[in-house]
Amino acid sequence: MQFLKLILRNALRHKLRTALTVLGLVVAILSFGLLQTVVGAWYAGADSAAPTRLVTRNAISLVFPLPISYREKIRAVDGVRAVSYANWFAGVYQDPKNFFPQFAVEPRTYFDMYPDYRVPPDEFAAFLRDRKGAVIGRKLANTHNLKVGDVMPLRGTIFPGTWEFTVRAIYDGAEAKTDTSQMFFHWEYLNESVKKRSRNRADQIGIYLVDVVDADRAAEVSHAIDALFKNSLAETLTETERAFQIGFVKQTEALVVAIRLVSYVVIVIILAVMANTMAMTARERLAEYATLKVLGFSPAYVAALILGESIAIAAIGAAIGIALTFPVGDWFAAQVGTLFPVFEVSGKTVALQIACALGVGVLAAIVPGRRAATVKIVDGLRAIG
Amino acid sequence: MNAADTSAEPLIRIRNLVKSYRRGGQVVPVLTDITLDVRTGDFLGLMGPSGSGKSTLLNLIAGIDKPDSGELLFDGVDITRLTERELADWRAGTVGFIFQFYNLMPVLTAFENVELPLTLTRLSRRERHEHVEAALALVGLSDRKEHYPSELSGGQQQRVAIARAIITDPRLIVADEPTGDLDRHSAEEVLKLMDQLSTDLGKTIVMVTHDRRAADRAHAIMYLDKGELSTADDMHERSIR
Repeated sequence: MQFLKLILRNALRHKLRTALTVLGLVVAILSFGLLQTVVGAWYAGADSAAPTRLVTRNAISLVFPLPISYREKIRAVDGVRAVSYANWFAGVYQDPKNFFPQFAVEPRTYFDMYPDYRVPPDEFAAFLRDRKGAVIGRKLANTHNLKVGDVMPLRGTIFPGTWEFTVRAIYDGAEAKTDTSQMFFHWEYLNESVKKRSRNRADQIGIYLVDVVDADRAAEVSHAIDALFKNSLAETLTETERAFQIGFVKQTEALVVAIRLVSYVVIVIILAVMANTMAMTARERLAEYATLKVLGFSPAYVAALILGESIAIAAIGAAIGIALTFPVGDWFAAQVGTLFPVFEVSGKTVALQIACALGVGVLAAIVPGRRAATVKIVDGLRAIG
Repeated sequence: MNAADTSAEPLIRIRNLVKSYRRGGQVVPVLTDITLDVRTGDFLGLMGPSGSGKSTLLNLIAGIDKPDSGELLFDGVDITRLTERELADWRAGTVGFIFQFYNLMPVLTAFENVELPLTLTRLSRRERHEHVEAALALVGLSDRKEHYPSELSGGQQQRVAIARAIITDPRLIVADEPTGDLDRHSAEEVLKLMDQLSTDLGKTIVMVTHDRRAADRAHAIMYLDKGELSTADDMHERSIR
């Protein structure tokens, strides 16, 4: 009891110094949490990918399409349960900064394949009935204040012209990490319009989504699909949806690595600040620690006092920093809109924040703790705080 | 007590004690061939000029420093051979310390400071509190037990330190300039208390002091100069010569 009392009272002894150190820790833990969440958001697509879903695209590049005729051939491959397809639309809603993903899809098979997108049945039925209808995610609807029945005009970039869609359904995510910033509409509508404008671009598919019977057979099925179109005009590359998503992340990997690195640099900086604080503290109290040893307390007890104080300060900073990460994360997500489809402070991030704070607390106490424990009593008693 | 009493087994028996320090590669002798006996219940005053080695001798007697050579027996146990851990336990149970600058924990109240050494014992919380109350009553600070050291005068802080020194009922009390930081009135109170510890409680006390008035409270005074110990008579002889 006396031990804890000493730790807590010592921690609060120099209120300004402790407050400034805690402030530094709060900023560091908060920054670390946000940066880790940004990194997590980058990988959100890959993390939500189902192991049974494959993506088949043109082997040369994603920008080259595949013929619609591949659909039946892929469906016939052993181990394939269902096939759907999608085209990246890349339209602009009002302003280019209002970026969100838009896909022209075959709705029935697509939404069957993504049960995480929860669409109210009546709204989905209305969407199926309306050729110009669209399904949008809850986050997208909230960001642009859209509701069922609203008209969404998009300016096409890959497919030029103005495209008008009517919001027929709003989907929610099965989990908090489900991406609800997307828009889906009928591939048929896109194809018919393209046919009228540029016939040679019609009946083309951006990617096929393949649902396999058994995740363990994903590699085998991928090879079988690609073998099917070997030496054709449009060879395919089939990979798991996760690998496909990570392929996108890889394009910006340097940035992700930099962000991750900065998050740890922040921790190293606060470690230096904390170590300095603890070193000053222990130096000032050398005579007190020597007195404790004179009274019969062991060197380990003295070191534990410093370690405890360091951890206590780190814990206070971490607790406030972690508590602030959630509202600040929400604010940040609102500011960036749909740039990050999923921006959620994960349990793993909180665990990392706790681990970093604990690491800072322990490491900062090592040198002063060792010194206070090993200094000769007579030298300690002579020390002037 | 004397430089080497052969009549009865002393509580502290020091023979040919040598201690030196290293300063910038040089060996500086502090104590040379000290021989001294202190019997149970003695109140010994150690005087001498600054740098004479009196605090060093006190530290050796109290087991917070180790000699280069020589013998230092406490109740028959050679404490120079104890390990650091054994010495810490020995100090906790045997020695009470009074420092010039009180050395109280500033974040603990007077009560908590006095209780501190008892947390190393197996006493229950209730027993500890009873002991602390008694010790604070003895030094006349029962009404100040919830005060922090910064809220007490120098004299009161030293009385808290005395209560802390006696709380474990040690056989030996060492005091290093206990009145060195006090005004005359407070010093007198502290010396009275030490007198009481010696006379009423039979504590063995070794006190280092510069203050002649403080030393006069001791039953015997020894002088340390240039690392050598002498009695008042020796000093007198030397001054005649």
